[in-house]
Order: sequence, then structure tokens, then C-alpha cells
Amino acid sequence: MSVKKTVLSPNKLNRRNFLKAAAVTSSTAALAACGSKEAREEFLQRDFRSLSQDQIAKVLQRLETQYEREYGVKFTVSAKEPIPETFFGYALDISRCIGCRKCVYACVEENNQTLEPQMHWIQVLEMEKEKGVDFLHSNLYYDHEEVPHEGHFYLPVQCQQCKNPPCVKACPVGATWATEDGIVVVDYNWCIGCRSCMAACPYGARHYNWGKIQLEAENINPDTHYLGNRPRYKGAVEKCTFCIQRVREGRYPKCVEVCPVGARKFGNLLDKDSEIRYILENKRVLILKEELNTQPKFYYFYGT
Amino acid sequence: MKKFGLATGFIAVFLVSFLFSPRMLAQQDIQVPPPPLSEDFFPCMECHADMDPNPERRVLEEFHDDIELAHDEENRWCMDCHDAENRNMLHSASGELIKFEESYKLCGQCHGPKLRDWKAGIHGRRTGMWNGQKEYLLCAHCHNPHSPRYESMKPEPAPLKPGKIK
Repeated sequence: MSVKKTVLSPNKLNRRNFLKAAAVTSSTAALAACGSKEAREEFLQRDFRSLSQDQIAKVLQRLETQYEREYGVKFTVSAKEPIPETFFGYALDISRCIGCRKCVYACVEENNQTLEPQMHWIQVLEMEKEKGVDFLHSNLYYDHEEVPHEGHFYLPVQCQQCKNPPCVKACPVGATWATEDGIVVVDYNWCIGCRSCMAACPYGARHYNWGKIQLEAENINPDTHYLGNRPRYKGAVEKCTFCIQRVREGRYPKCVEVCPVGARKFGNLLDKDSEIRYILENKRVLILKEELNTQPKFYYFYGT
Repeated sequence: MKKFGLATGFIAVFLVSFLFSPRMLAQQDIQVPPPPLSEDFFPCMECHADMDPNPERRVLEEFHDDIELAHDEENRWCMDCHDAENRNMLHSASGELIKFEESYKLCGQCHGPKLRDWKAGIHGRRTGMWNGQKEYLLCAHCHNPHSPRYESMKPEPAPLKPGKIK
């Protein structure tokens, strides 16, 4: 019994050898075309979860210089890890929200969302009181002189931070995952921009960068997190991260602090004395599209 | 006798532990910014010290004529909340004086469930740390006490419709 072996002879140009040679040549050419050492490192960077602490430190440093050069602002990019014993939950009081959209624009600034084409991680839906929570008859584009508009209520939708996230299952390259503290994050460098996650998300909470990100220098937030609000790339998908750059430092998300009616609540689901646990135990709570078994950690409640 | 001492000890431990449970501590530690008092009018006693209190329900003409009372106005008048003797203070239904800095105690007499939710951080805006120091607002920071319905406001611009995005 002898196993037939393919002999790798440089003289023999069969199909297999040709393809091998072509692959080597083209990837070398691609790397060479990357030019700078920095661009090469970026090209060869592995996915975030497989990086060692040393490698992460190098990546962060590279990003900081890259961003400073590109945007003219000194950035800090952190990769702060989850606070032990935390699992984040969010609650929004539907009986309080007046639909002023202050959260929408505060979020854009805090998280460095591109201005063109316009991107909003938070979408405030206007609904008719008569119809209740009814997406089919909701209006995202309401434009009244004053809100709340008679006979209507408002339901802001953003990433629901599912415990069973369909977007994570849909990603073919593992560029998005749920962290230990319960935040669904994206590695913008590992994302291939296939948008499968966007198709899988039942809440329309994922957004695609159609072009190079456009920011106003004076509104840039330079305090960033690798998995959060650092500037993104054309072709990468992004989403709400509960303001990972803030909450991993113990601060409230921006939308919570900016809401003029105090409709937005945030906290640690594992802490029985937290605001979020008080709401779950004492208020009438609902989640969106419960029938899909996505198990959101974003709860809506009636505070009255 | 020994048994009695043991029981007292247990009760004491129970009471002390209740006193220092996290929620109780949180309530004792309510941090609020100063109340929204106008410098033109406060301290009230600068004018009211020399005036006789007039509890009569009437149209205010010379001063405070901008106050529109829309807060159970059929049953309420100034002296139900403001103290007639010491105008720099408020008073509860039982006559106990209440500082403007602690006006939530006054509001909570009628709005008990709201006060409870506010103390738990559910009603009203909280800022600061989700796992540490928090800052509350007083009822009066968001609700005009004389006309407490939350005022409507102009919304921020609507997002662009897909057809208009370049």
C-alpha cells in the first residue's frame, strides 16, 4: 500500500501549484501595497478575543496615533475589561418619555456616530395611544412643533442587548459577541461588512457604515473604548454598546443622563439593590417581540 | 434573665443591620443640587418680615402675579405649603417646618408612591455612577410646584427619510 503524494516540483506547473504560487504572490503584493508598517499591522491584526494583553496594548497605541493623525484630536482608546459580578440591564419608562429626541443626538456625539450618511443608534417611534405598542402604525419621522403630541406616546428603540442575540449567531466570522457583563459588541477591525447581523436583528438596531466616517472636530468624543465609540471604518457594522466606555467605569450611559424626564434607567441586574431590579420587581414590564425568544435585557415599563 | 438578654441582643442586632442595609443608607444619603429659587425673591423674609400674613384667596397683583396656580387649585392656597410665620420655610400638613432643600418631604405627603419611586431612583433623572455616588434632582427642578404638569417642548429634528439620505 503506498500513498500517492503530490510532488511539489517548481518545474511542474499543474493547477494546484499554480494556485499556490498565485496566492503567495498576490498576498505578498497586497502586503507590500499596504505600504507602512502600521497598515501592515492593521491588515494582519487577529480578532480581538484572541489577542494577548501585550498585543491589545500595541493595537490600542496604533489606533491612538492613527486617530490623532486622521482627526486632529488626541484620543484615548481603552480596552477596559468588565467589572466583576456585573450583568447590565436597562429600563425605559414608556409613561414618561415625551419623544424629545434629546437622547438620539446625545448618543450621536458620545459615540462618534458618522454624520453623513446620517446614523442614529436610537430611533424614537411615535405610537397612537389607541393602538398601543404597534410597530406597523408607528412613526419615526414625526415632526411636531411640540411634543408630546396629543393621543400619542413614544417608544425609543435601540439595541435590546439580547441574552440570546440572533445577530451574534448570524455573524460568519465571529466579529460580534456578548461580553461577560452582558453587552453585545462588535470588533470593527474583524467585521467583514456582510451585514448578515443586520438582517438577523429584529429591532433594526445595527447600522452600516456606507462611507468613510464623517465627524465634526469640535464634537468628537476622544474618550473611547475599543469595543465601543472609537471611530469606525467604512464597511463596518456598529450598534449601541450601553456606552461601554462609560459603564465599565461605573458611569451611567449618556442617554440615561441626558433624558430630561428621567425615563431611562440603567443598572446591574445581579445587584438586588439596583434601580433596575427595583423596576423588575415593582413595575409592569414588557420586552419587545418576546415571541422571538431573543431575551432582551432592555425592558420597557410603566412608571405610573 | 439570661434568655431575656439574648433576645434583646438579637433584636438590637436586627435593628442595627436594618439601619445599615444598603437601601436605608441610600435614602439617608440623598444628594441634590440647590433648589431652583430666584434671587429676586429669596429669602422671602426680606419683604415678608414686615408684612401681615393674608391667608385670603385673591388675585395677586403687585407681586408674584406671574404665578399661575394649577395644582389642585380649588383646594389649595399659598399657606397650605408656605409657612405664614417663617416665609423662608415650607410646612407640612401637620405644621412641621420643611426647608426648601428638602421640599420632597412636602410633595411626598400627597404623592407618596412618587416619593418612594424617587428615593429608589425610578422617578426622575439620576446622574453619576450606577455603582456609586448619584445625584438626584428635587421635584421642583422638573415640575413647577405651582403648575406641576411637565411642560411640552420642541423635539430635536426628525431623522432623514431614506430617500433624502445622500
